[in-house]
Amino acid sequence: MSDLTHTSAKRGLRLPKINGSAVVMGLYLLFLLLPIYWLLIMSLKTNSEILNTFTLWPEDLTFDNYLTILTDSSWYMGYVNSMIYVVMNMVISLAVALPAAYAFSRYSFLGDKHLFFWLLTNRMAPPAVFALPFFQLYSSIGLFDTHIAVALAHALFNVPLAVWILEGFMRGVPKEIDETAYIDGYSFPRFFVQIFTPLVASGIGVTAFFLFMFSWVELLLSRTLTSVDAKPIAATMTRTVGADGIDWGVLAAAGVLTILPGALVIYFVRNYIAKGFALGRV
Amino acid sequence: MAKITLENLAHSYLPKPTREEDYALKSMDHDWVDGEAYALLGSSGCGKSTLLNIISGLLHPSQGRILFNDKDVTMAPTTQRNIAQVFQFPVVYDTMTVRDNLAFPLRNRGSDPAYIQERVQQIAAMIGMEATLDRKARGLTADAKQKISLGRGMVREDVNALLFDEPLTVIDPHMKWELRTQLKSLHHEFGHTMIYVTHDQTEALTFADKVVVMFDGRVVQMGTPQQLFETPEHTFVGYFIGSPGMNVLEAKVSGDKAVIAGTEISLGQGFGTPTGKVELGVRPEFVTLQSGDEGLPVTIKRVEDVGRHKIVRADFQGIEINIIAAEGENISPDMNRVVFDTAGINIYSDSWRVAPKAA
Amino acid sequence: MNKTVNQKAWFLILPVLLLVAFSAVIPLMTVVNYSVQDTFGRNEFFWAGLEWFEQMLASERMWNALGRQIAFTAIILAIQIPLGVFVALNMPKKGFWASFCLVLMSLPLLIPWNVVGTIWQIFGRVDIGLLGYTLNAMGIDYNYTQDFYAAWITVVMMDVWHWTSLVALLAYAGLQSIPDAYYQAAKIDQAGRWKVFRFIELPKIMGVLMIAILLRFMDSFMIYTEPFVVTGGGPGNSTTFLSIDLVKMALGQFDLGPAAAFSIMYYLVILLVSYVFYTVMTNLDKRDGH
Repeated sequence: MSDLTHTSAKRGLRLPKINGSAVVMGLYLLFLLLPIYWLLIMSLKTNSEILNTFTLWPEDLTFDNYLTILTDSSWYMGYVNSMIYVVMNMVISLAVALPAAYAFSRYSFLGDKHLFFWLLTNRMAPPAVFALPFFQLYSSIGLFDTHIAVALAHALFNVPLAVWILEGFMRGVPKEIDETAYIDGYSFPRFFVQIFTPLVASGIGVTAFFLFMFSWVELLLSRTLTSVDAKPIAATMTRTVGADGIDWGVLAAAGVLTILPGALVIYFVRNYIAKGFALGRV
Repeated sequence: MAKITLENLAHSYLPKPTREEDYALKSMDHDWVDGEAYALLGSSGCGKSTLLNIISGLLHPSQGRILFNDKDVTMAPTTQRNIAQVFQFPVVYDTMTVRDNLAFPLRNRGSDPAYIQERVQQIAAMIGMEATLDRKARGLTADAKQKISLGRGMVREDVNALLFDEPLTVIDPHMKWELRTQLKSLHHEFGHTMIYVTHDQTEALTFADKVVVMFDGRVVQMGTPQQLFETPEHTFVGYFIGSPGMNVLEAKVSGDKAVIAGTEISLGQGFGTPTGKVELGVRPEFVTLQSGDEGLPVTIKRVEDVGRHKIVRADFQGIEINIIAAEGENISPDMNRVVFDTAGINIYSDSWRVAPKAA
Repeated sequence: MNKTVNQKAWFLILPVLLLVAFSAVIPLMTVVNYSVQDTFGRNEFFWAGLEWFEQMLASERMWNALGRQIAFTAIILAIQIPLGVFVALNMPKKGFWASFCLVLMSLPLLIPWNVVGTIWQIFGRVDIGLLGYTLNAMGIDYNYTQDFYAAWITVVMMDVWHWTSLVALLAYAGLQSIPDAYYQAAKIDQAGRWKVFRFIELPKIMGVLMIAILLRFMDSFMIYTEPFVVTGGGPGNSTTFLSIDLVKMALGQFDLGPAAAFSIMYYLVILLVSYVFYTVMTNLDKRDGH
């Protein structure tokens, strides 16, 4: 008996043979990480090391590039501005998309299918097409260079996205739950906030993730609609081009700092990513 | 076709099982005779699917060996065991036609195309899908898809064993009966060793030569339907098989007498003095309701007429006793005693049956 | 699910409608307006009819940009879709390594697009970039600021780097939804690896794959920031895709009329292709519906 148990322990483990999948994944991840690694070590090098010697890791380790960014308000305000409009956009998009997604998932009404497709077409609108009209629109109503302008502009593609993802999640919630709540005397707003919203919490999380993602990475519109006060970090980075060429170290450090928020968000939602994608709606 | 031997077989889903409860399948030794049809019966979570997956090689046991015709296949992969298995939910290749689905296992083994053609036609006739042979499997009903799965399981003639994992769950009742009959005639014709997992006793009893009843990771009894009915080896078998199940009453037993809540009854055979928790089991079919003052005093709670017979639900000091009475029999309110036919009495010690001693 | 007919549902849609009308319809009207008018400055506009459209349709510049755009989209789809599926097939199914891969693979997706450009701009440079330096050290003549092929290879590689993970994650999610019984049945039927992929995995991920193709089509067709940062559309015009050209025309040269006509045609092409995809997808959905 004891012998048998012993062999069984070995059986449970896979033999450590060369695993083809691991090799494929290793190579792919290497391909993904190498450029990021290069950016990271560059941000830790001095400009003279970057330009004069070719080194695979910083020989003259320095944090000056980061200090430059974190002590200069025109630099770090770029991050603050980006964060502000990203969060505004998430709030606006979710607030309008939640009831709409509910309507699409529960009711059929005149023109619903066409409306749904029309909403989706806005996800397909090239920002380049909208850049100029947005600039004129927001200038004419005095919103140019404000956070809300960027947040509203990003709503163009984020609202349809939010409706799309949320609708998928809401369709998975049985309709009987709504009916039971109405029978129990809940009014629609109370039912929606107290019962329904918690049920689709994971869907809201996944949606928020994608809203963050697309608003955070966009540059064309956010750059066009701002000049000083709401200038996003991505646009601030062009400052590194000075009279005496590009300040590579600072540029790299700024780049690394833009990766961090995304990395943090991914870390927190890592267990939901696959599920979010599973809905096939991005 | 093969004899299947389980030797000291046990399985745990935990990496380092220590206590007995860690095992989904407790240590067992069994021989499954070549060419018999077995039904593996038990409630969900009793380990029957685990056992099936170990036999098919989808799971490797954490202890013990499994032999096909005395050849150790414990670690052999599924493909080398030459078995066929049908799952609970339909598994069909959506993009293929019904014909290609049925031919798939044969083609993968490089069978002769002419033979494949002929065999597929045979199987299609058997599952009643000749008309839909050239349709894509996608879009068929769950019913039809499961029939394809069954067909794919049966298409190979040389399999060591045919395993069915509750295959008729999604089939509608009429078709269920028909398919079961077909499986049975197929078994008679080709003599495959068949193992049929189910939690439905009717399905098990009508299909199998031998029924294997599992409870809590253990095989509690392996026997013909008649054995299961007459001499349940474990109280679980008594409860689980039969409708309603066996009446089980706590009793004090000594020799050929039993005392149930103060009333002494005769057992007809000697049982010695069993220890532990002693119970008396008697199937409703062996219980008679009568008036007078012989037997256990009961009060009738209700009578259910199920057509072929009546089920009387009676109360004996807070314990329900079920009685099966013939359809024509009159049940009058003054019938307040039950007597047990001694041929139908079994005695259990700690849930396991005690064999009668020749008195 | 059966939906109840309820016209009041329009009230729930209203906020979205107002918002999208504000941020999509008004700007779009502006564009349409510009596309049919001409201006000589001082905010005076004249009706120009379809003149701009005719001009743009006859413009070699637009056709060239469209040609480059189609080539680019075709190339990246041809690489990303198979590669993404291949990566998904090799990802760990569960446990620590699955999370590990998911996190690292998502990383490029959350990097601001201009930073993606910056990363590759640096990475490919001959003087300070790992890729450019190494290639040149190996004796391969590679300089994306001067050489047509090097520029294209860099831009394509960057897009593959940036977006393949999206395809992989979608395919992965699709693969995860396949019940174990299918793989078990395949083992019993003695199906080889290729047949498992061809008859089980591919049919099951077809739906998400269509979405992946649609998304990658849309987004690559609108690509602006990344190649702009790396090559600025050069050398010459060799990597000037539709959006880059459009921004040059509208914001750089302020040729509002032609740019607007260009915009509308551009948008219509995307809509048309997307509509075809959308229809195919919904039909696929319906077919799997029961």
